[in-house]
Amino acid sequence: MRARNFFALLTPSPTSMGGNVDYLRYKTKTERPAMQASFTVNGRPQQVDVPEDMPLLWVLRDILGMTGTKYGCGIAQCGACTVHLNGEAVRSCQVGAYDLEGAEITTIEGLGTPDAPHPAQEAWIEMQVAQCGYCQSGQIMQAAALLKDIPVPTDAEIDDAMSGNLCRCASYPRIRAAIHLATTKIGGR
Amino acid sequence: MGKLRTLTRRTFLIGSAAIAGGVAFGTYLVKRSIPNPLLDDLQDGEAAITPYIKIAPDGITLITPRADMGQGAYSIQALLIAEELDIDPATTTITPGAPDPAYYNAAVLAEGVPFPAYDRSTMAETARAFMSIPAKLFEVQITGGSSTVPDSYDKLRTAGAVARETLKEAAARKLGVARADISTKNGQVVLPDGTVIPYTDLAADAAQLDPVTEVELKPATTWTRLGKPQQRLDMVAKCTGTETYGIDLNVEGMVYATVRANPGIGGGIARLNSDAARTTAGVQQVLPITSAVAVIADNTWSAFQGANALDITWGPAPFPENSDRMFEALEAALGDDDAFDHRQRDDGNIDAALERGAEIDVTYRVPYLPHAPMEPMNALVHLTKDACDIWIGTQIPLFIRKKAASMTGLDEEQVHVHVQPMGGSFGHRLEMTHVEQAIEIAIEMRGTPVKLVWSREEDMTHDYPRPAAVARGRGRTDLGHVISMDLSVAQSAMTPSWMHRLTGMTLPGPDATITTGSWDQPFAIPNYRVTGYRAPDMVPISSWRSVGASSNGFFHDCLLDELIHAAGADPLAERIRLCMDDTSRKVLEAVGDMCGWDGPDLGYNHGRGVGFCMSFGVPCAQVVDVTQTEEGIRLDRVYVAVDVGDVLDPVNLEAQITGGVLFGLGHAMNCELTYADHAPEQDNFYANSGLRLYQVPEVKVKALTNGTRIRGIGEPGVPPAAPALANAIFAATRQRIRELPLNRHTDFV
Repeated sequence: MRARNFFALLTPSPTSMGGNVDYLRYKTKTERPAMQASFTVNGRPQQVDVPEDMPLLWVLRDILGMTGTKYGCGIAQCGACTVHLNGEAVRSCQVGAYDLEGAEITTIEGLGTPDAPHPAQEAWIEMQVAQCGYCQSGQIMQAAALLKDIPVPTDAEIDDAMSGNLCRCASYPRIRAAIHLATTKIGGR
Repeated sequence: MGKLRTLTRRTFLIGSAAIAGGVAFGTYLVKRSIPNPLLDDLQDGEAAITPYIKIAPDGITLITPRADMGQGAYSIQALLIAEELDIDPATTTITPGAPDPAYYNAAVLAEGVPFPAYDRSTMAETARAFMSIPAKLFEVQITGGSSTVPDSYDKLRTAGAVARETLKEAAARKLGVARADISTKNGQVVLPDGTVIPYTDLAADAAQLDPVTEVELKPATTWTRLGKPQQRLDMVAKCTGTETYGIDLNVEGMVYATVRANPGIGGGIARLNSDAARTTAGVQQVLPITSAVAVIADNTWSAFQGANALDITWGPAPFPENSDRMFEALEAALGDDDAFDHRQRDDGNIDAALERGAEIDVTYRVPYLPHAPMEPMNALVHLTKDACDIWIGTQIPLFIRKKAASMTGLDEEQVHVHVQPMGGSFGHRLEMTHVEQAIEIAIEMRGTPVKLVWSREEDMTHDYPRPAAVARGRGRTDLGHVISMDLSVAQSAMTPSWMHRLTGMTLPGPDATITTGSWDQPFAIPNYRVTGYRAPDMVPISSWRSVGASSNGFFHDCLLDELIHAAGADPLAERIRLCMDDTSRKVLEAVGDMCGWDGPDLGYNHGRGVGFCMSFGVPCAQVVDVTQTEEGIRLDRVYVAVDVGDVLDPVNLEAQITGGVLFGLGHAMNCELTYADHAPEQDNFYANSGLRLYQVPEVKVKALTNGTRIRGIGEPGVPPAAPALANAIFAATRQRIRELPLNRHTDFV
């Protein structure tokens, strides 16, 4: 129980969690008003017409066809869907369409590309972090936000920022090492 | 969507005869020629032609039939071919290929023989070689059992060498020089005068030749790629969000589906009201299918919302209602003559040795565990009048092809399984319930591609789990040594449960997984017995990373540790003394050297434990250091020594072993699937997440290469982790925890 509360506090989510997991479950609604939202994803304007409580995760994946952001749990427990909302790391499964109007979203596709990777991605590749790789979009988005807030984080600060991001392959030691490596890459720029 | 390009007339295909591999395996004789899976018009092969390389004027394709679930199979298979073919694998197209009997796994059943892995007698080796025959006959194309490298090591290098020599032969004939005077350099043939010809330019000429099958493999000392640190070929994609997993696929006209099935698996549906689901925004239709209700929608989210709106009363599950009842059934089977399943270890005379009572007489238990890979189960199925295309991340493509053919009435040749990279598996993707559901929906919606995605809740509550098990351990010591050890294990039978789902067949005979990882350990204890008892079938169960050894490693090594402490002996020294296998002994010695072993006591509130298990032929020893703090146990460091015979990629080896150790530790500490009211009580990652970063200790890995044959590394890191940690907690606190998860009995920082 302790562990659950511990990381619940750390999970940056616009939805208050209070450590109560059941609270996070979406209420079943049979009538959900559709709405239009205009926002940007990776600098590009987007307009969607979706149910108002459709999470950003599914707007990205199924409406906009951007599948770099992953579905893992749907209740902010795994971090696989982490994106940046107005510069902050959030769980996109917890951001409803009603929160999107005017928002600036950055996804893994916008953070860097195979040809021009973000320093965190460079470090991830150099450290050969990924195994199955499914969680790594979220890990890297969380790490990029951490590095923006704390350019040279300690191990404890890394643990605090990253413990909401689950890796079932347990690539964790290399995640830690890659974040340290990324600090030197950012410092060098 | 498959990466295989259309074969053109000028494309030719090189297979390898399965010829003498030499180094570690002896000679393979494959008598029956298996038809070429890719080219119908290839002339009859003289030997078994197993195609792994396709060379076309516009590029080279390497076919890697073992699927990648994160363990690096994709890269290592390409590397094995590329080493002999002499090409940078990054310049090729790599595809898992279409599932085909030609890609059967000759190694996956090899350790299922009734000989422990350290037994390298002629009889044991003959039995292992023999196991390739049922693998071939039953068309076992499976990724699993840490067998990709053992199976591929000779096969794929030979395929690469055959291709290389055939290309050289093509150049030799074309230009009138001797093949012996021609060399190769990174995708090119080099003529005596220094002229280079790209392999791709020789495709048409080589297509006219019979492959050169008399080839010699390079000695390891001349490898240019294997054995060196590698960059995994999927790494850039996985770090930039550009890898496409099955769940990411999107095809024209596709609908999105999810299902809701009885978490009391097998219980069926008593009553269904789908009114609210049907009127949920975005839902197209609700389809009752076998044992589940499918919701078809415009997008995944709407499908999930529709499923949440289903009002279902489940039928009664065909297993005990809760965990207490299940463990009672396991305990009832333990030691019950009527439940006796097998006894593969019975050294000395244990009954006589324990006649005057056991010095140690204890019971252990381990829980059910879900696999819970990060990517939930999913499948994309497109069924038309005369074809069924299935895109899926799977370990069992041929089983899926057969099942799809029988469900749709199509011929197997009309079913195309496109294997996708997997977002983890840990054994979950040895199952295909989700594929059957997707096919059933596709049959109802013929012509429309259907992508089925399980919610995390559906996944965790329908994840045929690692079996729960109980064990009783007894033993005696004398003059400071362990002299008697008797272990009994009770578990439901896993292999028949799984094979029944895959094939409908009922497997006769004992289920070796009940004692795998305990009966087969390389220790010479004078009176030493391991007995498997078969509990009734309860929850349907499956293989979980390291299979039987995941629980037996804990039982066996903890019992041994208790006996060693009772004897007053040193935990590492006594294991080394008892060890009868050179390779294993060196692993134990190495882990002692790594940590500077000087006994289990590291001072007040500090302790260290050693754990050992040989699984999949790989001896692995671990030392865990812990500290007892005011908030609970803290894991400080883990030292790991392992012997896989040869190291093909030290970077991936370190990743797999470290990941396996942390996977083993995380589940031992924090995870269990419990049941109440006929259903799992945990349904998402608020539980059963394994480790999170804040609990991760430093892990140091050392790979030894004394073993006489090459082995896989995906699983052997898992089994010793739980006992090493439990033994360390005992060293630090004098608390002996005999039940997993450990957090039932202690807190962790």
